[in-house]
Order: sequence, then structure tokens, then C-alpha cells
Amino acid sequence: MTKRNVPASAIVGIGELKPARYTEGKTTLGMIAESVRLAVQDAGIEKDQVDGLLVGPQVGETPQHVPATVSEYLGLEPKMSNVVDLGGATGAGMLWRAQAAIDAGMCETVVCVLANINEKGNPLRSPNRNPIREFDVPFGASGANTSYALLKQRHMAEYGSTQEQFALIAHWARKNAQKNPEAIFYGKPATVADVLESPLIVDPLHLYEIVMPVGGGAAVIVTSNKAIINKKHAPVRVLGAGEKVTHRAVSQAPDLKSAPLSYAIPQALGQAGFKVHDINLLSLYDCYTSVVATTIENAGICPPGKFGDWMKNHSFGHDGDWPLNTHGGQLGFGQADLAGGMSHIIEAVRQLRNEADGRQIKDAKYSLITGNGATLSEATALVLGGEG
Amino acid sequence: MMNKYADLTVPGPTITPISKPFWDAIEQGEFILQHCKDCQKWVFYPRSHCPHCWSNQLEWKQASGKAQLKTWSTVHRAGHPAWQAITPYIVGVVELEEGPSMMTHLLVDAPNQLKIGDPLNVHYVQCNDTWLPFFG
Repeated sequence: MTKRNVPASAIVGIGELKPARYTEGKTTLGMIAESVRLAVQDAGIEKDQVDGLLVGPQVGETPQHVPATVSEYLGLEPKMSNVVDLGGATGAGMLWRAQAAIDAGMCETVVCVLANINEKGNPLRSPNRNPIREFDVPFGASGANTSYALLKQRHMAEYGSTQEQFALIAHWARKNAQKNPEAIFYGKPATVADVLESPLIVDPLHLYEIVMPVGGGAAVIVTSNKAIINKKHAPVRVLGAGEKVTHRAVSQAPDLKSAPLSYAIPQALGQAGFKVHDINLLSLYDCYTSVVATTIENAGICPPGKFGDWMKNHSFGHDGDWPLNTHGGQLGFGQADLAGGMSHIIEAVRQLRNEADGRQIKDAKYSLITGNGATLSEATALVLGGEG
Repeated sequence: MMNKYADLTVPGPTITPISKPFWDAIEQGEFILQHCKDCQKWVFYPRSHCPHCWSNQLEWKQASGKAQLKTWSTVHRAGHPAWQAITPYIVGVVELEEGPSMMTHLLVDAPNQLKIGDPLNVHYVQCNDTWLPFFG
């Protein structure tokens, strides 16, 4: 493998809230603040060193002026701020943007933060008046479950992939979550049979193949090499990034059996000078089982349509030959809205620092992170490298 | 057969000045699509500009109302609560004969016998107070 130059910045701090099924009494801004506080503390830096801010959209609480609202709430005066709006790819998309902003000389230390409340009986509904609202919702096809069911159905009809093969992905997520006391499904493993016996929500997706919505949050601090004074932890670096957006509504997808991850992953690996087999940890976005299947195929780990045969012959725990989502993935950990995508980054940083208590993988040097948003339409991939 | 869709209080289309001719035609039992005068491609959903060549010369033309099935799903738990009353129901993505794809509601009896490429035709169904193009 050929390595490119060491980047001029590094991930030096992480903060994560324990997922909660419901968050009565909390606000999204409050959970953002707590996530940021934890990340700054972990980095061993002072609040006023933060001079860059990347936030996500907030349905229901702050529809516009999100960076200004978050800055004011936290008492920050960032020299670079932005909303990153890539659905589940937002977390990964923030990381390379933070690095690029530092490279451009706009700021020294960026906090990337995503958090969300989850209130019982009060689902946040977007006030869209756009094409997906006009031409998909009126037919009874609203919500992510329906979109991903349509994508999974096409994979099964096209390739002959089976329910058992997809259920194995949910089984591994639940199994890995048993090593993570923070996970929403800690203490609740699931066999392949359990997955297949869980109710069909939107055929062919079963309940256990769908992430559990939770409240939570996560923040990551990226800082320039010259600003790294207090080396509390080994720095983790973004060695490569790739990103592509192709569509919004599943009905307009250019390809129902693949995702723009097929561009983003090779792009990220190429920037890092790696092949996928050089990767020690797969930290793959998993809002649904079928997304992991497509991601494995888009990464070129196995041919299109063959994830099931490939998975049968491999092991995905922290001690397996292909460690995959060792925190339990979002299927095991819970999905705190956009912060769910950040959980894959937080876990990779823990592993690459050799600080993953009770589930540390061996020789953790490089991790592939993916983010996926909307309907397999917003894709970001990162290669992270540790000092190990 | 009673139209089980007529009394559903589900969200209808959020019609824009650009898309209005499409919905007006559906109400009249006609299926029209935009066609680009410059690159000759068909366009759906309705737009101000052709997404293929960025021409603003789009004209409405009669379309066949024929399509092929790309994928489908039986919804047991609806994404919008107002649809829950008629679950399970079937939605699908179809490729129109003219080329573009669209989301639709499927009027079929046996979802377990559906296949990629199944031929379908448009059916106009009143849902709440709007006429919608379903396929079956």
C-alpha cells in the first residue's frame, strides 16, 4: 500500500451520549451542548479553542440559522460554520469538511456535532412541499421503511438473496451490542430465527432489521497538528474521503440495487492508498440490514448480489476476521437521528486509539467508515487511521 | 366494489404551478408527461427545466399510461398514520413506457407473484378528494 502525506489535522476528541428510548424534558440544543462538552473534555482542550462549528439540520426545533443558534447557545464565535445536510451521511461528511476548513486556513479547531431528542408519541414530521412530498407520499409510500423495503425487495428479486441472509446482519449487530453496555439492545441478543419471527413492518423488512429510534448525540473535535498540545489520546486521522449524491426519492434512484457508495468507498480508499483488504475495522452505516449488504457489495468485498454467500464464511465480532460495527452498529446501539451516523465514527476512533474496553480488536490501524442518507442516495466514506 | 380510498384522510399532492397540468389531466382521466423539445427525452416528475439538457422548452404530451414494475412492497405499518386504516396495501416503483420512473400504489391481488418487469396500466382512483394515478 502507498500512503499519502500525513494530514495537517487530526481527530483528538470524541463525546457520545448514551442512547435513550425517550428523552422527555430535554431539548436538542441541550443535548448538542452536552455532546460538545464531553468531546472538548475528551480532547483536553479549552472551550475557547473551538473556532469552527459543523452542525446538522434540526427538524422541528431550529429550521434555519442553525449554526448561529448553536453558537449563541454554547457561547462560541466560530470563524467557520455550516450545516451539513446529508442524512445518515452527515457525520462522515462533517469530518472531511472539518479537515478541509482547517487546510484552507479558515480555523484551527472544529467541533462536529449531531444530537436529537426523541419524544414519545411526537414524531418529528418535516413540513416538506417538494417533489418527494408531492409525488411519493400521496401513494402511501411515506417514510424510510417503505423506501428501504422497496430497495431490499429489488435486491431479493434481482439476485435471489434470502431473508436468512439479511437476518444474519441483524444477528451480528445484536451480538456485538452485547459487548457495549451503552447500546440500547445490550442484554437483548437476537438469533437469525428471532429476526425472522419479528413482525414484518414493510415487507420484506422485519422489525429487527430496522433501527430503533432513540434520543442521543455525539460530537467529534478535529484540530490542526500545530494546535495539538495536550496529547491525551493518540490522534486519529482522516486519510481518505469520498462522497456522492445521486437522488432524493427512491422512485428516482438511478439504480435500485446499488448506491453512490460504489463511488464514495473506492474514492476514500484510493485517497488513502489502500485496498479494502487493508482495513481492520468495517464501521458501516446500518439503518437497515439491506444497507449493510449493499455497502459490502459496493465496497467490492464480494461481487454484486453475493453478500450472503460471503458473510456465511466470515466472522464479524471484535475477534472475527472482519470486525464489523463492533459497537453493535445502529441496529444494536440505536439510532439517535443524524447522530446515529456519528456512532460509526466514535467507535472507529475508540478502536484506533486502542481504548475500546472489552471489545478491542487486534492490530487496529485502519477503519472504513460509511454514511448513507435518504434512500441510498447520499453517500460518504472515510478511511480513518490511528497511530498504532 | 366500494372505493376504499375515497374516505381516507391521507395527505394529497402538494401541487405547484408547474405540476398543475399533470394533476388536472389525472382528474380528467388522462395521463400526460412533459417532453423536452430540445433533447426529445420524457420527464417525470414535472419540472421547469429538463434534467437531461437543462432546456426550458418542456411541453406536455399524451403518454401511454403503460409501465413495467421495478420493485414493490406490502406495507403493514404505514409511514403516515392516516394510511394505517387500509393496511396491508401495496406500493411500487414503475418504469413508464416513455422512460421515467414513478412511485405508485399497486392494485394487485397477489403480491407474492409479482416479478420485475410485470406489465401494468394506469388506473385513476379517487383518494380523499384527489384523483391519483394508481397502477394495476
